[in-house]
Amino acid sequence: MNDIAQVAFFTVGMATLATLVVLPLGVALAWVLARKQFPGRAVLETLISLPLVLPPVATGLLLIAILGRRGPLGWFLAQMGVEVMFTWLAVVVAMSVMALPLLVRSARSGFEQVDRRYEQIAATLGAGPVRVFLTISLPLARRGLLAGALLGFSRALGEFGATIMVAGSLPSTRTIAVAIYTYTETGQQAAAGLLLVVSATIAFGALMLSNRLAAT
Amino acid sequence: MYIRFISILVASLAGACAPLERADSVEDRLRVSAAVSLSEPLEKLAASFQRDTGTLVEVNLGGSSTLAAQLLAGAAVDLFISADQLQMDRVIAAELIDVTTMVSLVSNQLVFVVPTDHSIDEMVPSMLRAPEFGRIAMGDPAGVPAGVYARRYLKSTGLWGVVADRMVPARSVRAALAIVEIGAVDAGIVYRTDARVSSGIKVVFEVPVQEGPAIVYPAAVLTEAPNSIAAKRLLGYLQGSLAKAVFEKAGFIVPRIRT
Repeated sequence: MNDIAQVAFFTVGMATLATLVVLPLGVALAWVLARKQFPGRAVLETLISLPLVLPPVATGLLLIAILGRRGPLGWFLAQMGVEVMFTWLAVVVAMSVMALPLLVRSARSGFEQVDRRYEQIAATLGAGPVRVFLTISLPLARRGLLAGALLGFSRALGEFGATIMVAGSLPSTRTIAVAIYTYTETGQQAAAGLLLVVSATIAFGALMLSNRLAAT
Repeated sequence: MYIRFISILVASLAGACAPLERADSVEDRLRVSAAVSLSEPLEKLAASFQRDTGTLVEVNLGGSSTLAAQLLAGAAVDLFISADQLQMDRVIAAELIDVTTMVSLVSNQLVFVVPTDHSIDEMVPSMLRAPEFGRIAMGDPAGVPAGVYARRYLKSTGLWGVVADRMVPARSVRAALAIVEIGAVDAGIVYRTDARVSSGIKVVFEVPVQEGPAIVYPAAVLTEAPNSIAAKRLLGYLQGSLAKAVFEKAGFIVPRIRT
């Protein structure tokens, strides 16, 4: 029972962290895609959507190719004594990668619904682009951003394929999804069932909140 | 309502940090990548090894092919225990295994199972030809070790031709077991160790060890192991008399000869 509570808190904590991590990048990307035209824009859109479309295990394989000690990023980090695979860092990375496309989609839609005239009027009144973004665009798009963040959070909570590849199934990195899989494979059906209920409850709560925000 | 939600998130972040405050020195920890089918005995033995030596042992469980893929990407692991030689060979080919340390840790036995409410209580393999065994579950021979061994045995007894068309490949042995339990298939071929834990099936035939394929669970220390000394010590411990008792209690077969 203690194990179950620990897994649940760990997963929610990591999903929260992952959502906070992708928020700045996701919002920036969403704004750029909503407002700017530039060569390679379609490529950027496709790259961001990739984790949404690829099977999570494939994303996991890509991640370990980059973050493993033999990968470009992983080798560099290993030189500095930082290990990513099989640690909570790996969990956050996998969750972030999976949450990003959902956040960007929702946030972009939020920005696109902001009437450009407000931004233009603010500019004519002397506000610089940063001020316009912070005081006009961001507040007006906040419902889309929040809904995107909650959607990304829910996705992060349920993430399995990439997580188990990059973080493994160790007592210190087991998320709810990975634990359900491991418990099922080791004949601990009761624990798996309990975690299933916990997981559904958390996800249900998060999605309900997300829908409430998107609807009003 | 938001405040409650946010405070739960913050509490979770704090709660998540608790397991992170551990000693991080390389000397007193060990990481083992082990096939998930070994989890029950292995986690017991890892715990007792940890109690005896003070070395923290972390066991990473997974399907052998996933574990091998992680190792090939350079995962920092000290000991690898695979459910078949094929996955071990993949890692050997990448020159990541210290082959001088490789041993066959345990073995297993294939069994035929049917749902508990099935009419027969015993059978012989040739009975699989009968039309009443229209669907037979086993681990996918394309990647699951138990499936590979099952196919090898069926080929050796000339039954593969018949079974191949009726086979329902499962993602893992436990998945195959589950399919038999719910009666979605007429029979299944799984390991004795898996059949033991299930109450929804009954074993109707045990493949004699001498006639069946040589099932091997190879274990070896990695060449780039962060803590190879402790890894070798653990590997020796896993071949000791206490380990033998724990593995046999879980239904595994322990080879008599130790290298």
